[in-house]
Amino acid sequence: MRRRGALWFWVFVGPFALGLALFTYVPLLWSVALSFFDARNTVTPTDFVGPANYTAVLGDDGFTDSLRTFLVFTAFIVPVTYVFSLSLALMVNRVRRARAFFRSVFFLPAACSYVVAALIWKMSLFSGVRFGLANTVLGWFGEDPVAWLATPDPPWYWLVIVTVRLWLQTGFYMILFLAGLQRIDPVLYEAAAVDGARPGWTVLRHITLPQLRATSVAVLLLLVVGAFQAFDEFYNLLSDARGYPPYARPPLVYLYYTALGQGQNLGFGSAGAVILALVVAVVTAGQARWLKPGRTDGDG
Amino acid sequence: MDDALVRAGRALRLVLLISLALLFLIPFYLLVRNGLSSERDITSPEWTFFPAVLRWGNVRELFDDPSVPFARSLLNSALIAVATTLGTLVLASLAGYGLARIPYRHANKVFHGILGTLLVPAAVTFVPGFVLVSSLGWVSTLRGLVVPTLFPAFACFVFRQYFLGFPRELEDAAQVDGLGYWRTYWRVVVPNARPVFAAVGTIVFLGAWNSFLWPLVIGQDRDAWTVQVALSSFTTSQVVRLHELFVAAAVSILPLLLVFLCFQRWIVAGAERSGID
Repeated sequence: MRRRGALWFWVFVGPFALGLALFTYVPLLWSVALSFFDARNTVTPTDFVGPANYTAVLGDDGFTDSLRTFLVFTAFIVPVTYVFSLSLALMVNRVRRARAFFRSVFFLPAACSYVVAALIWKMSLFSGVRFGLANTVLGWFGEDPVAWLATPDPPWYWLVIVTVRLWLQTGFYMILFLAGLQRIDPVLYEAAAVDGARPGWTVLRHITLPQLRATSVAVLLLLVVGAFQAFDEFYNLLSDARGYPPYARPPLVYLYYTALGQGQNLGFGSAGAVILALVVAVVTAGQARWLKPGRTDGDG
Repeated sequence: MDDALVRAGRALRLVLLISLALLFLIPFYLLVRNGLSSERDITSPEWTFFPAVLRWGNVRELFDDPSVPFARSLLNSALIAVATTLGTLVLASLAGYGLARIPYRHANKVFHGILGTLLVPAAVTFVPGFVLVSSLGWVSTLRGLVVPTLFPAFACFVFRQYFLGFPRELEDAAQVDGLGYWRTYWRVVVPNARPVFAAVGTIVFLGAWNSFLWPLVIGQDRDAWTVQVALSSFTTSQVVRLHELFVAAAVSILPLLLVFLCFQRWIVAGAERSGID
């Protein structure tokens, strides 16, 4: 009986597990191997170079710049999205009329791709020419048009990049917070009212936020990992027929151009990917530890 | 006194929500306005709120433009999204069911092996993934675009959690009737688990339609472009025809908006399931 169980287990789980192993674990290990070879334009190199690729990546200013770009981006996007989506959820949760309408409107951008959003932002909303919407509004106040994406100083491009992501993902996180809010036991609020707690800040601080802890931890982890993986909007906003500007290159843009650009230096790119995987692991593990998911709102 | 305050607060909240909702709709407005304008209207220094004459001909112009493989890229995206969704649903649900219900000594180890890939962000594997796909000779093929994406750990995890909470009575009855695991699964479990299939399916479909980095790396020939790659290459090319670009973007999100509005309930359910954990 037990042997039959094992057979059926592998009939059900085998195809998925095998595919996952083949398309995640094998490339990962292969890549680790490649990172110790001189692998230009080849995936079966013979020239062992030891840790040379690692020292080359770590010594490359482009790489350290990309980590700095990631930090700046994360410092903007994570707290802003967190506060914004939580506030929206709190407001939508308490509104009496047309709740479904508001929920849909804020969630709708999640259906768009970063490519489409970047296109709208670059070519119309924050277009650097006079007929862009932002510049048109500036024009109504007698201001000169701003080249939003082309000026590194002051770095207006951050405004463009951050608002794209904010527009696209706020609704998704709002949904997660709304689900968390629905799970809070109404008895807690009644008890607070009996104890004389006035609705507003007190209740928010002492009941709602602590009860949302598990959701908050999940949202923060997802936001940081998401920021780390940012590629689509950077690439589509900033690159043009002349290439990609030297600033605002997050890690994946850096990897894309170094590993798959001219020369296809796969050994170098693999070393970069390994270092980045380690950085992500350390950041998420540290974050998970620091936030310590308490099991306060019934999921975890 | 308190009453008036509460009412003022409520009104303020509503005004704030309405203003934010309008702000969130601006990009959609721009998409439609520019997509249905002539090039001159878009680039005119005077802002026109909406084109006086709606240029539906832009749609035809887009599909007739030989320099832009737009119809082909739409077809590619549709094929990829449908194949990815169906493949993922079958593979991940079977695995989730096996992990949840079939007793096996090493089931936990297998489960942790699958969950472990969640710690490896998909985007960090794009270089090694490219290495593998190119050594298989799958660059610029539909296989290369679909097969490596059929195994998302999150989908397997969602199915496993769902089947753990599935009422055992139904399966017990099927076993009494002499159905083995396989037939119990297809005849009893799947027909009673539609909500989770809808939730995971819509999330996977949206993700497949909107994904960009993998198709950009793998779909190098024009014939293998997805709609996102096609849009991106118009945006970053030398000569940009704005009205065509915007009508293309509008056409590209139309199927998604339909899916989104029809299946919103399931997408919300899917977002809740995939977001937590």
